[in-house]
Amino acid sequence: MLVLVLDSSTPAVTAALAEITADAVVPRVERSRVDARAHGELLAPQVAEVLAEVGIRPAALAAVVAGVGPGPFTGLRVGLVTAASMGQVLGIPTYAVGSLDALGHAATRPGPDAAPEAGPVLVATDARRREVYWAVYDPAGGRLVGPAVDVPAVVAERAREQGVRVAVGEGARRYADVLGLPLRGGLDHPPAYALAELAAERIRAGAPGDRLTPLYLRRPDAVAATGRKPVLR
Amino acid sequence: MADEPLVLGIETSCDETGVGVVRGHTLLADALASSVAEHARFGGVVPEVASRAHLEAIVPTMQRALDEAGVTLADVDAIAVTAGPGLAGALLVGVAAAKGYALAAEKPVYGVNHLAAHVAVDTLEHGPLPEPAIALLVSGGHSSLLLVDDLATSVTPLGATIDDAAGEAFDKVARLLGLPFPGGPPIDREARGGSPDAIAFPRGLTAPRDMAEHRFDFSFSGLKTAVARWVEARERAGEPVPVPDVAASFQEAVCDVLTSKAIDACRTHGVETLVLGGGVAANSRLRALAEERAARAGIRVRTPRPKLCTDNGAMVAALGSHLVAAGVAPSRLDLPADSAMPLTTVSV
Ligand SMILES: [Zn+2]
Repeated sequence: MLVLVLDSSTPAVTAALAEITADAVVPRVERSRVDARAHGELLAPQVAEVLAEVGIRPAALAAVVAGVGPGPFTGLRVGLVTAASMGQVLGIPTYAVGSLDALGHAATRPGPDAAPEAGPVLVATDARRREVYWAVYDPAGGRLVGPAVDVPAVVAERAREQGVRVAVGEGARRYADVLGLPLRGGLDHPPAYALAELAAERIRAGAPGDRLTPLYLRRPDAVAATGRKPVLR
Repeated sequence: MADEPLVLGIETSCDETGVGVVRGHTLLADALASSVAEHARFGGVVPEVASRAHLEAIVPTMQRALDEAGVTLADVDAIAVTAGPGLAGALLVGVAAAKGYALAAEKPVYGVNHLAAHVAVDTLEHGPLPEPAIALLVSGGHSSLLLVDDLATSVTPLGATIDDAAGEAFDKVARLLGLPFPGGPPIDREARGGSPDAIAFPRGLTAPRDMAEHRFDFSFSGLKTAVARWVEARERAGEPVPVPDVAASFQEAVCDVLTSKAIDACRTHGVETLVLGGGVAANSRLRALAEERAARAGIRVRTPRPKLCTDNGAMVAALGSHLVAAGVAPSRLDLPADSAMPLTTVSV
């Protein structure tokens, strides 16, 4: 079964196709570009490109897998609404995968471009405003803490409590000095194959699809009007 | 199909998630989900709240529109979407959705201008638009006078507000009078029980010296301040505020300026058709005054029914249908949402 994989939770915007077989997830083609301000422009052409490269029409897709964040809201919504609208037209299920979970999975499981870790792993992506989205995973890929959004100093403290030995993600790279953890390279953004692997069991089982609700973790910025204010001073 | 294209339209530029379906000039469906109630306690639209609501509403609203029209996406000739102007994050949800629908259904997508769509929606009510026409578009987000030489390709802005949008002034005055948000409907209601001549509120940019530079522009900030000053003076004096009279006099000041400048624009450009659009065009006094003054000037007013004046998907579909019929090329898949899209851009 060929599935479309989308993630727009970080400055990287990713579209990929993966083949889900009875016992494996085979990456077919991936387009990933880093531009935090252009998710809306980049994603749809990338989807068209991966379909064209494999030579299939959209109707041949069996499911859509989408990274639901956490991530900066505006870009994150681009991936989710693309997945939801395509799923609706094609009448195929959409599956939600935590974007930090995908990074945690990639860091703790042997994959095409990663070897497993021995101890807990911190995953941190950039949440802007000098904060990171983060979670901690055990060596089997199970989530121990998170996802949450905090300033790097708080994350450093919590990671120490969990006995974290290594960090991945572009948030961890950006605040490496505060976190004080060795960085594992090559895992800045959620890899498409990891998203597909985390949804593979549900896809094979034909499980009902998910509503693609973003992991916002923050309330909208809005100041409530405090009753009537004099317009004049 | 060229004459009667079946087009689906998506609108998410502010707080309404709209999906409309149009065949030629015939409205088949107009599904709408509004987040207006979520903004009420803030006294204005909160962009992030609107964007979140669009994401939740888009798929169910699309489904309702398709069901109502009795069509599937495989049947449509094109998908049109508001690409600007509007709230950046809100626009982006609609544009990305339109691309997803277009990609999956293998249909062309047209990124269109929200204001041109406000003009195009009238074709669903009154058929093809006589060109040239003047359009007066007034809402919480816009107050514009446009010269429409060709709805598919040539729209020229003649004037716009230099400060607040007309609808914004309605919202602010409503809050001042203790009326709910959005302020347009309650002020319209209160005004019916009051006198439009009770209080002489200022008419912005109508003095001869302003007319030289701002003949077709609007200003509602001074009016809003004058209303506030008047109400606060009353309150300081311990006197009751005659809400119906304030509402009627304020509304009259807004409608007087809007309609006199619109008629002036028609006369100046030798145009015989005036189209009204935008949420404020649902105001009963604006409609009546425009009719009255246009009739005296030998100008025909075309005003869509109130539900089509406010933001909706049908207006986007109507413009899309017009563009397809006119042979305009579709947009590329990398079309951006442009919060500041120029009014001269009908489609991208
Ligand atoms: Zn509008």
